[in-house]
Amino acid sequence: MSNSKLGLDPGVVSACRQAARQIAEQVSEQVAGRTTVSVERSVTRLLGVDGADSLDVPLPNVLVDHVHDRGGLGRGVAYWIGNAMLQTGRTPQQIAESVSAGELVLTELDLAEERAIHTRVMEECAARLKDISGRFEERRAMRERLGDSPAPLRYVLTATGDVYEDVVHAKAVAEAGGDIVAVIRSTAQSLLDYVPYGPTTEGYGGTFATQANFRIMREAMDEWSEQHGRYVRLSSFCSGLCMSEIASMGAWEGFDNMVNDALYGILYRDINIVRGLIDQRVSRMINGYFGVVINTGEDNYLRTADAIEAAPSVTASQFINHQLAHESGVPDSQIALGDAFEIDVPVRNSLLYQWAQAQLTRELFPDCPVKYMPPTRHMDGNLFRTHASDTLFNLVTIATGQGLQTIGVPTEGIFTPHIHDRVLGLQNVDYVFNAAHDLGEEIEFKQGGVIQTRAQEVLASAHVLLERIAQTGLFRAIEQATFGDVSRSVDAGRGIEGIVTVEEGYFNPVVELMREVSYA
Amino acid sequence: MPRSVDLTAVVPYADHLDDGLVQLSFTLPVPYSLAARKAALELAGKMGFEDPEVVHYQQLTDGYTYFVMYGRCVQSIDFTELQGDGFDIEYMSEEEIERFAEEQVGRAIVVVGASTGSDTHSVGIDAMLNLKGYHGHHGLEGYRSFRTYNLGSQVPNSVLVAKAIEVGADAILVSQTVTQQNLHVHNLTELVEMVEAEGRRGEMILACGGPRVSNELAKELGYDAGFSKGTYPHHLATFIVRELASRVAAG
Repeated sequence: MSNSKLGLDPGVVSACRQAARQIAEQVSEQVAGRTTVSVERSVTRLLGVDGADSLDVPLPNVLVDHVHDRGGLGRGVAYWIGNAMLQTGRTPQQIAESVSAGELVLTELDLAEERAIHTRVMEECAARLKDISGRFEERRAMRERLGDSPAPLRYVLTATGDVYEDVVHAKAVAEAGGDIVAVIRSTAQSLLDYVPYGPTTEGYGGTFATQANFRIMREAMDEWSEQHGRYVRLSSFCSGLCMSEIASMGAWEGFDNMVNDALYGILYRDINIVRGLIDQRVSRMINGYFGVVINTGEDNYLRTADAIEAAPSVTASQFINHQLAHESGVPDSQIALGDAFEIDVPVRNSLLYQWAQAQLTRELFPDCPVKYMPPTRHMDGNLFRTHASDTLFNLVTIATGQGLQTIGVPTEGIFTPHIHDRVLGLQNVDYVFNAAHDLGEEIEFKQGGVIQTRAQEVLASAHVLLERIAQTGLFRAIEQATFGDVSRSVDAGRGIEGIVTVEEGYFNPVVELMREVSYA
Repeated sequence: MPRSVDLTAVVPYADHLDDGLVQLSFTLPVPYSLAARKAALELAGKMGFEDPEVVHYQQLTDGYTYFVMYGRCVQSIDFTELQGDGFDIEYMSEEEIERFAEEQVGRAIVVVGASTGSDTHSVGIDAMLNLKGYHGHHGLEGYRSFRTYNLGSQVPNSVLVAKAIEVGADAILVSQTVTQQNLHVHNLTELVEMVEAEGRRGEMILACGGPRVSNELAKELGYDAGFSKGTYPHHLATFIVRELASRVAAG
């Protein structure tokens, strides 16, 4: 922090980190001893279970519900699969199919010796993780061979509802210089306690995240990347009620980035706090393990709370999210903390405040890429004004060296962008990034000026907030509407019925294997 | 001698009165080429534009070309026919609304609102109902004369209607922010049908809002009013207090 342009007090910064560590540790303790149906389903997926039954119920759901209905989930689904593998000699996929056909009841089989079950499942899971890691290695090699773009990476959203239209939009994005394509999910998918199966061509406000859709996009983008000699990354959403399952699917299909923040679902989708944080822990573990960059969602708070008043809560949340990600074994280089350019247009000196906040985030987390989001909340349908706001946003992005920028589109707030809207947005980015390429290195801020003062004030308030949360705990803070002006209580919310208390002998092979690596 | 506008035959204004110039932009699913440019010009001609001009065009990806164009619109509108009732915009200020409500209604006005169906966006309903409001204008929660219930986003129509009945709502507000393929029309229609099925349509003011909602659409769907972009809470409040007052007066 000795070269802080903002004159930040290193003592305050380290006190913030300390408080965030405490908060993260408390969270770990509070969610310990429990698993969820979606965590268990992600175990089945990482053991190779895929497909759906004749009613379109995904086999991971069939299997986990089968065990849960018979009171066995407290042991972990892996225990029952492992036992069935030993007793029947079948693979996890064959076991799921037999269960689905009603030919096999896992809890009625003879029980093998626990040690043997554990060993058998760990072998199976390790082999599967090795397969996925191999695919990631190939992908890393491809990225290196084709060349990766320098930061800030241009992150672009598509959302047609039809995966085949998304492919067309994604190619237009790539052509215009986009580095990461994220297919927005259909609205309401976050509340489904299963992941739909197969390719989809109907969705609202987005396209369903399914493994088949992931594959279609990945193949199309890989083909484009090979043809044009530039690697295009893909992103999706490990959020909602199936965070860890989508992490498993994304890993298998070679996704590079994932939005991965439980707080978003808790605040804005009313998902139960405990459910969300358990699912987040495992999904981040999976993303961390395979080298996937996660995006956190602090930017969203500024859509429901005022960007000037709520700035300290964004900074405080970044500290907490950073610690929670570390606890799941995600290294700094894979933590893209959320931030946004959301101050209302008529505010005098808004650019200076935005600049202060963006620079603050960079200085507090120098090794994290940061996901910087464009203005949305105050964009009023006047697409020309929005385009002008986006220009200032692009200027702050390049001058403060953000790692990853979601590009703004002129038609923000009107509809999901049309194919040319994104191209116009990317052209704006190109112009500004090039014109102001080295601006950041030329700039020092006036001591005690507007920018320094603002950043120091935000940090000081974030510190007060973090100390308070360290006293009360994160759950209580969420109850008190600390983030985004939204209040959620710990014993309510969607998905609460999917939390399961673990019993003696519970084990989760995915967590065990990933912990071994991350904490070696 | 300055020319005056002929209000019986209004055409778009760009640089000079009656030049009729219109800017348009669109993408055609055809490869970038001179043929594509020609196609855009001919299409603009079919749209009824005279002297169409392509000022910019570019390839988006293989097989897709984007155009920015100008054309002269020769259609005109008789503006004099659009005067009178229903077209005057006249809103009361927050203070005037409070006073009006006190005098004409004389009790708390109960409003229940939500972003319904699969819509996850609460930004619109929050701007209208929550104390903080929007751009410095209080939401209805901040008015003495209103009692508000904001149910948030992704609220099923059935839940919204049940709540409205439970608290004896004078008005139901529905927000539809993000929509595609006319999903909002389906959602909005369903709500009206439910209120009617409960036999409550006469007792409740129904209003909807969102970027794709217009007053015309709202009325077509059976609402009392629709509000689009640029609406502030006092616009909505003005409508509700006036409508309620006229219903109270009508007994």
